[in-house]
Amino acid sequence: MLEVTTTRHNPGIDPSLHVWGWEIPLYLFVGGMVAGMMIFAGWAMLRTARGDDTKTFFSVQTPLLGFMLLNLGMLALLLDLAHPLYVWAVYITFQPASPMSWGSWVLLAVYGILLVSALVRLPESWPWLGERVPVLAKASQYFTGSPARMRWLGYINIGFGIAVGIYTGILLNTMVARPLWNTSVLPLLFLVSGLSAAAAAMHLASRVFPGRPAPLSLVGGAFAAMTQPIGPQPPEKSTVNALIRADVALLAVELVLIALLLMSLATSTLSQIEAARLLLSGKFGLVFWVGVVAVGILLPIVLQALELSHRIPHTVIPAVLVLVGGFALRWVLVNAGQASEIVSTAARL
Amino acid sequence: MARYGMVIDTTKCVGCMDCVVACQTENDVPVGYARDWITTTVRGEFPKLTMEIRTERCNHCENPPCVACCPTGASHVNDLGLVKVKANRCIGCKACISACPYGARYVHPKGYVDKCTFCDHRVRDGRSPACVSVCPTHCMHFGDLDDPNSTVATLLRTRKWHVLLPEAGTRPRVFYLT
Repeated sequence: MLEVTTTRHNPGIDPSLHVWGWEIPLYLFVGGMVAGMMIFAGWAMLRTARGDDTKTFFSVQTPLLGFMLLNLGMLALLLDLAHPLYVWAVYITFQPASPMSWGSWVLLAVYGILLVSALVRLPESWPWLGERVPVLAKASQYFTGSPARMRWLGYINIGFGIAVGIYTGILLNTMVARPLWNTSVLPLLFLVSGLSAAAAAMHLASRVFPGRPAPLSLVGGAFAAMTQPIGPQPPEKSTVNALIRADVALLAVELVLIALLLMSLATSTLSQIEAARLLLSGKFGLVFWVGVVAVGILLPIVLQALELSHRIPHTVIPAVLVLVGGFALRWVLVNAGQASEIVSTAARL
Repeated sequence: MARYGMVIDTTKCVGCMDCVVACQTENDVPVGYARDWITTTVRGEFPKLTMEIRTERCNHCENPPCVACCPTGASHVNDLGLVKVKANRCIGCKACISACPYGARYVHPKGYVDKCTFCDHRVRDGRSPACVSVCPTHCMHFGDLDDPNSTVATLLRTRKWHVLLPEAGTRPRVFYLT
């Protein structure tokens, strides 16, 4: 028998660590989705540069949607900070050992990349601005006029998308004290989950905001540019089907990665086994099995497979489920991760 | 440079919490928070029980995960080799709190992250940390681990000791004599 008592009762630390609430899971979810959108957009740009017809893939439109989502994520990050007036301290230094420092600088670059990428479609998505500020229209022409530049923008989008997608997982890896996070499957899982959430979000956007020509006025145009992130053209059926197929494949990979994560934990030391137990049967078991595995992965795979084989009509339900599951995954990993701790082997003697 | 460490004799510690009170007075620790605390472990089966009482705090690890993960450098190793937090650089992201295996850190009500400093302001004056100076059983010792003639080095050479969670690889500098 071992009985440990402590006089410490620091808020947020005892009885078990809970310093990160809903803000960090929300940021990880949105950040992952933005990363996925950048990768899809980059891919579409590479195809555009190759001379493919841009009308069939609307993912070149996602930088604007990604930009708006990133603002939401950054707001969540700011709300999480306990000392927010000192947030500038991140940007007067670079700490190579800290993934959070890497991430902060990468996010700054991502803001620029998303804006430049959104410019590519500016004349179509917000004609008013393009006409009034010709320099922006010229900047748009700068990229659309040259396949080489378009290709570079595509590579940059893909590169930074991967960076944003994996750095959050590496960030959690560095938390020495949290066995649940000390697995290199995590960055890859976050990247794939971000890609599937991005595919689902684009699918959802294509249904919720059907394409129509953007209004020409200042207010109407701006509003349309934001609420019509997929552009004036409705996505073609083949595009939507391609998105669904991509989502099914990504969800399958995600399921394999989650299984690998659990196996790597369950076959490791006592600390890791206890961490796996938190997910499988512990306090977070219900959210993990129902929210992440059943609702977030299995159900969408089944529904989308049935949609593709024309057994049930197309709906946005699978896309919504994938988004719910994507957030549930981040929520359960952040919260169960904080609750996991190193089990002192010395104390078991 | 001196390599400061603390040696605590668990066979003498009675858990009186004088060290906790001394720290709160010396360092203005806010009410409801603690930079040091008493942990009691009881193991075995009745009536064959052994109890260890020890006073715990930041271990000022030689391989501190809290310093590595800090995005601003607020969490740093200072000129005395002690792990400290610059309040005017801390953004309160709480990564260091997550990274610490010992739960030694907390968010100060003013927003920045706070923890034990080994009373470096006293150490610079040649005095021992407040907790060590008040211990009524003299179970706490502070000094240079690299100086073979120091009390701490002598105790670690001649007595059995353990550190907390050595498997975390943090190389703590608070040692517990058993």
